[in-house]
Amino acid sequence: MKIPRQKMREQEPSERIHNFSEVTLGFTEEMVKIEVERCLQCEDPKCVNGCPVNIDIPNFIRLIKEDNLLEAIRSIKDYNILPAICGRVCPQEVQCEKACILSKRWDPVAIGALERYVADWERKNQLKECPDCEAPNNIKVAVIGSGPASLTCAADLAKYGFDVTIFEAFHKGGGVLVYGIPEFRLPKEIVEDEIGTLKMLGVKVEYNKIIGKTLTIEDLKEMGFKAFFIGVGAGLPSMRKIPGMNLNSVLTANEFLTRTNLMKAYKFPEYDTPIKIGKVITVIGGGNTALDSARVALRLGAEKVIIVYRRTEAEMPARREEYHHAVEEGIEFQFLSNPVRFLGDNTGNLEKIEVLKMKLGEPDASGRPRPIPIENSEYLINCDTVIIAIGTNANPILTKSIPKLKLTKWGYIDADEEGKTNIEEIFAGGDIVTGSATVISAMGAGRQAAKAMNAYLRSKFL
Amino acid sequence: MPYKILKKVPLGNSGTLFEMDIYAPLIAKKAYAGNFILMRINETGERIPLTIADYNREKGVITLVIQVVGKSTLLLSRQNEGDEILDVVGPLGNKIHIEKYEHPIIIIGGGVGIAPCYPQAKELTQAGNRIISILGARTKDLIFWRERMADVSEKVIICTNDGSEGIEGFVTEPLRNIISKDKISLVIAIGPMIMMKNVAKLTSGIEELPRVKTFVSLNTIMIDGTGMCGGCRFPAKDGQIHFACVEGPDVDGHTIDFDILLNREKRFADFEKKSYDIYKKECKNLKI
Repeated sequence: MKIPRQKMREQEPSERIHNFSEVTLGFTEEMVKIEVERCLQCEDPKCVNGCPVNIDIPNFIRLIKEDNLLEAIRSIKDYNILPAICGRVCPQEVQCEKACILSKRWDPVAIGALERYVADWERKNQLKECPDCEAPNNIKVAVIGSGPASLTCAADLAKYGFDVTIFEAFHKGGGVLVYGIPEFRLPKEIVEDEIGTLKMLGVKVEYNKIIGKTLTIEDLKEMGFKAFFIGVGAGLPSMRKIPGMNLNSVLTANEFLTRTNLMKAYKFPEYDTPIKIGKVITVIGGGNTALDSARVALRLGAEKVIIVYRRTEAEMPARREEYHHAVEEGIEFQFLSNPVRFLGDNTGNLEKIEVLKMKLGEPDASGRPRPIPIENSEYLINCDTVIIAIGTNANPILTKSIPKLKLTKWGYIDADEEGKTNIEEIFAGGDIVTGSATVISAMGAGRQAAKAMNAYLRSKFL
Repeated sequence: MPYKILKKVPLGNSGTLFEMDIYAPLIAKKAYAGNFILMRINETGERIPLTIADYNREKGVITLVIQVVGKSTLLLSRQNEGDEILDVVGPLGNKIHIEKYEHPIIIIGGGVGIAPCYPQAKELTQAGNRIISILGARTKDLIFWRERMADVSEKVIICTNDGSEGIEGFVTEPLRNIISKDKISLVIAIGPMIMMKNVAKLTSGIEELPRVKTFVSLNTIMIDGTGMCGGCRFPAKDGQIHFACVEGPDVDGHTIDFDILLNREKRFADFEKKSYDIYKKECKNLKI
């Protein structure tokens, strides 16, 4: 392979740490022309199996090569209704691109960048078209939540001809795509635009509706809804009982990111929601949320941002690309470290955190080496703010309102691969079933559930 | 869906308190004493929690009582009948536990905290309880809903710090008198954190006074109100982490570490002041 993989254009680190604009700038037309030549158009393409929604990757790349971008985007959308989002936030390096045959000897085809290019081309040229739908059958279906699982499920159900309404608790749609993932990684106008596609399909969105509070499943049944998809995500922040947890300036990544991303605290005082961080910020955790938090803190004006993670670089669940971005931006990493205590001053403000060194032991249930504390290895980090990004749990508000719904011992919904639960008209998918995972796997679950819901509703009502 | 303001009337003579009826039929239909809503007034607004002070299911209306304390409440005070609030979501939090208690219940409302006392007194009265209400504020201009509270109480006691109405002093004075003499099944205190702290201390079984079960209502800083942000977490003496939005807002006052909570309420104080000051300059006339 003589042609090297095209390198994603990016804002310079020194520049981008001062703004919330997108870090990656996408491929140019010339870069795309070169990159598509790298695809071998395998007869038995491994990349398709590597994709959780099985996009026909060689096909859309071939269509780009033939300069038929319109057919290329149509081809992607047959499988994935949110390509502009997936092209940006999917961990392609462990999915389609990992499976790419080239990756055995060279760099894989930049599938994610190509997907993004086609989706951006469609959006910029306002060529968005309504996907083909079956004739309306007037059967009402409710989709609860508006994150990636729900958006995908809603789109597919609409394509099957159902009358779909999304119920969202917040005032904006997109779930984790808007409250969690920062603007510089996924511009919110793109999320809005992708939700626009759903509206084209006739999907209605009801904001400010907390199912389980404002309305219950029983209410929705009375309103004529025949089936339900629950895609409410895993919105409850994980918190370990660490002494000093309730000091001011110890906050969850959920709070920190929701304030900045959804409520636009980075534009305070134009926007009323405040965020206070100080000069030195420590982020606990090693996932994408930890990196997002660290990089947001930097953009809010932090002088120093330290990520404290109890394993090593190799075990970080975060995307490689994001890790590299964070390193380039000057985020400091303290691996094999685990906080044991938060220490404050006499006014309840955080001053420092006490950290214990760890070493790696035998693999645990997650398959990663278990971190083992090294006795008497405590040290202190002076900091103004601690952001805790150690994962999320199932939020019980909705599930508590459906007492008969079967849950796992962790409070997640017990659903099979098709999204079926123990209640025939209720389906579920995404993080509320699997626990924290990726955008694309949630989308895959939404798609599977839509298929099963279609079969169920047809057998019962059509 | 727009959330229309159907009514707005000033309360008391302080010029800082007002009552607002908002058309929110789905919320009104599900509301009970103890529930609250989160509101975002406009596109640049923050999400603020406000307790539902009354509701009318038939008319689809919820009533809120607001005291101007910062930018958002000032902004809200400048909205008028017929205007629309951008986002209102709820009802959030748990409804209060209702049962017929053996002895009377004392309900204490401090300042704007008088408002959420009303639905609690109403629903507890309907369940056959005898209610003694203690309404307290700095001065008489900050006391409101005297008649409304009298409708749902056997007795209403008023306290003001400056003695301009009723007993001169804090709400803890009449509370001490009553619990030292009479059997009381339950105390409910809603108002400033410091008032709730002192009430909970007095009923915790100190100074040969009996220990009386006491609920306080936590109106902590929060964003989503569904357990997602963790901003509203409150320190309890059991060392566990609790969220006011999903476990409260009404919680056992004897389990809380109020000092930490008082600190947590100051988390954004300087930002809140900045935002308030900027907005006050923009408003020519601050009258409600």
